[in-house]
Amino acid sequence: MHTVKVLGPGCRNCERLTDITEQALTALGRPERVEKVTDPVEIVAHGIYSTPALMVDDELVMSARIPALVTLEEILGDRLSNME
Amino acid sequence: MSTLAAHIRSRRTAHPLVGLTIAAVVWLVLYHELLPFWNWVCGTVLQLPADARWAEALHFFLYDTTKILLLLVGIIFIVRVLRSFISLERTRQLLGGRREGIGNVAAATLGVATPFCSCSAVPAFIGFVAAGVPLGVTLSFLIASPLVNEVAIVLLFGLFGYEIAAIYIAAGLSLAIVAGFILGRLHLERYVEPWVLEAAAVAPGGTQGELRPTWNERIDLGIDEVRTIIGKVWPYLLAAVAVGAVIHGWVPTDFFTEIAGPNNPLAVPVAVLVGVPLYSNAAGVMPLVEALHASGMAMGTLLAFMMSVVALSLPEMILLRRVLRIPLLATYIGVVASGIVLIGFFFNAVIE
Repeated sequence: MHTVKVLGPGCRNCERLTDITEQALTALGRPERVEKVTDPVEIVAHGIYSTPALMVDDELVMSARIPALVTLEEILGDRLSNME
Repeated sequence: MSTLAAHIRSRRTAHPLVGLTIAAVVWLVLYHELLPFWNWVCGTVLQLPADARWAEALHFFLYDTTKILLLLVGIIFIVRVLRSFISLERTRQLLGGRREGIGNVAAATLGVATPFCSCSAVPAFIGFVAAGVPLGVTLSFLIASPLVNEVAIVLLFGLFGYEIAAIYIAAGLSLAIVAGFILGRLHLERYVEPWVLEAAAVAPGGTQGELRPTWNERIDLGIDEVRTIIGKVWPYLLAAVAVGAVIHGWVPTDFFTEIAGPNNPLAVPVAVLVGVPLYSNAAGVMPLVEALHASGMAMGTLLAFMMSVVALSLPEMILLRRVLRIPLLATYIGVVASGIVLIGFFFNAVIE
C-alpha cells in the first residue's frame, strides 16, 4: 500500500483533483484511497507551495494542474508500478 | 470533448511539433474563414434579410461568439504551454532576497507568467516569506496574478478591441507594481500573522523536485487548460455577446451617460465600491460590463469596475485574512482600491 495525498486548501480545483485521483485509482484497480491534506502549515511542511498537488509516498507527482482522467491513470499507473 | 482529447493522445506518435504545426494551420484557416463562413450561412443558406436589425444582431452573435471562442482556445493553449516553463517554486527562488522596486516589477510580471490558483494564496504566501521575498514584492505577485490573465485580455480584445485590452494589461501591471511598492514602504511586516513566520521558519528549504515536463506533457497541460477554462466560461461568453448583439440594435445608449458618464466624478468610486465585494472571474463579469458599456457607462469607469471585481473579492480577503492581520489587510484593500479609482479617473480623462 502506498499513500496517495492530494494537498490543497479545499477549493474547487482541489476537490476536482481529489475526484479524478479517486477515479483513476479505482480504474487501475488499486486499493489506495486519497488522503486529503488541507492545512496550509502541513502543505508547506511537505515542501508544496502551489496547489492542488498530488503526492505518492510523499513524492511530488504533479502540482497546480488538473489532468484529464486518462492522463492521470497513465501517470499514476506508471508511478505506482515503478514503486513495487 | 474528453473522449476527443483521449483520442488525440492515443494517436499521438509523431513528433509533437508536427501536431502543433497542423493545429496552428487549422486554427489560422478557421480564424481567417470565419467571417466569410457566417456571411455565407446568414446570406446564402438562411437567406436572412440584409437590412433587418435582428438579422444583423444574429450575424453579430454567431460571428463574435465563434471568433472569441477560437481566440480563447488559441491563447489559453499557448499561454498554458508557455507557463509550463515556470512554476511557483521557481518564481519563489527568483524573487527571494530581491530588493523592492525592481522586485515589484519582477513579481508583477511573474504573477502573470506563473501558473497559480488563487486558492493557493496561503501556502504560496508562506513559501514567499520562507524564501525571504519582501512583503510588498509578495503582494505585487498576489495582485497581478488574478488581475492580468489571458481570459480577461482575450474577452476585452474580442468585445472592445485591442486598445482597451492593451490599456487593461498596462493598468493592471502598473497597479500591481505600484500598490505592492507602496505597501512595502509602509513596513507593515508586524501585521503578518505570527504563525506564518513560524511555519516559514521550519519550511523545508528545498522544494519538492522541479518537474520538467516533456513536450507531450506541456501539450497535455495546454489541452487540459483549454478544456477546463472553456467549460467554465462559455455561458458568460454567450451572455456577453448576446447582450452586445441585442443592445447594439435596440436600446438607446445614453441610459448611463447622465449618471455614469465621464463627467461625473463620483461614478468611478461608486463603481469600485460596488465591485470590491462582488466575486467573479473576468469572464463572469463580462456580460455586465458589456451591458453597462452599451448603456453609455464611460470606459474608465468600466475598467475600474471590472478590476475591482477581479482583483479584490470577499472570498480572497477571507483567505488572506488567515495570513494577514486586519490592519495590513485593510491597508491592502485601501491601497489597491484607491489605485483602481485613480486608473478609472485617468482613463476617463484620456479615452475619447
